[in-house]
Amino acid sequence: MEYRSFVDIYTEWDIVAARQLGRNEAKNSGFGTVDQARITTAISELARNIYLYAGKGRLEIERLSENGLHGIRIIASDEGPGIQDMRKVMEDGYSTSGGLGAGMPGVKRLMDGFKVDTEPGVGTTITATKWLR
Amino acid sequence: MNKQMIKCINENMDEIIEKWQAMMKNEKGERFFHFMPENLVEKTSREFAELMTTNIAENNIINAEKLTDFASKVVRFGWSIKFVNKAIDNFSNITFDLLEEKEIIHHDNVRLFHGTFANWISPLRETIIEAYSVEWERTVNLQKIALQELSASLIPVFEKISVMPLVGTIDTERAKLIMENLLEGVVKQRAEVVLLDITGVPVVDTMVAHHIIQAADAVRLVGSKCMLVGIRPEIAQTIVALGINLQDFTTTSTLQKGMKEALELTNRTIVEVK
Repeated sequence: MEYRSFVDIYTEWDIVAARQLGRNEAKNSGFGTVDQARITTAISELARNIYLYAGKGRLEIERLSENGLHGIRIIASDEGPGIQDMRKVMEDGYSTSGGLGAGMPGVKRLMDGFKVDTEPGVGTTITATKWLR
Repeated sequence: MNKQMIKCINENMDEIIEKWQAMMKNEKGERFFHFMPENLVEKTSREFAELMTTNIAENNIINAEKLTDFASKVVRFGWSIKFVNKAIDNFSNITFDLLEEKEIIHHDNVRLFHGTFANWISPLRETIIEAYSVEWERTVNLQKIALQELSASLIPVFEKISVMPLVGTIDTERAKLIMENLLEGVVKQRAEVVLLDITGVPVVDTMVAHHIIQAADAVRLVGSKCMLVGIRPEIAQTIVALGINLQDFTTTSTLQKGMKEALELTNRTIVEVK
């Protein structure tokens, strides 16, 4: 049985709540401080993207256990405008909101697995996984 | 009929309160009574009962002051709104049962009493819950102000050197405050070097980094130099993974090292005295 919990993102403070949840889950799964920071930062980026671009959405955290491997999966889903140009979004320094443009490519580098499902006008679901080594 | 009801309630107040306390203690998952000393439970219960009965006598006149007082107390005790609502429900049910037992309410007038009860309880519930939520909002607002007060002050440490220790989560509002305090302080304190200490910032993501970079740029514009200190190892790794460019900054792991560099920049050093 997999373990799953979530935070609904409506306000900026929900990002903090999501982060807190992620940090606790990471700690309880046995991740060290560096990986805890990586996971928390990734959650922060994904949750902020929901808040900035979709307005509202949900951030789920799932504890994984496959073939003797343990890990954590972050699922950020929203019904926002979707991502128009996936290639550009994954480029460093590209931002539509005046930010640094390091969020999405950054999350990919912070985590082990990274997958984006998006459809313009329908929504976006981003899944990122980190395995315990 | 109404008079009869009031008289009965007043005469049997002790019994009502006792039953009500027992009922509230048995509420599942809500263990607020267990944390309160016995005499406080007694006092609060009496107050609650008094509050509940004030408006039967004088039609729908509720003492606003008493109500706010009670609400603030309940918020302080940490009762949940669900618990408060349940308390009102239980009180009303117990009273109804009692009146039935004493045969003031019987088969013929039960419908009438339903109306009387609704007129009695509904406005009470509304006002109590409103007072509760107002009180709650006030508490949250006060905490917000308290949080703002403790965030981001620029401290002059040596001549020409100031430090801003950042503690806690940085959101958009705080980032703005940091920027304002930083620039104002730099000019006022004539600081040549400012140390931004992020030891107490739990997460440095792209947004936080962005705000820090902007703040440092602004500091440069007013003619001072900004250093980023207190970068913990795990934060350093996430910053690298995110690909954030901090090459325009002098950065150090601790405030101590940063202070040493700042002194060097202003042509001073620390000398040990024999």
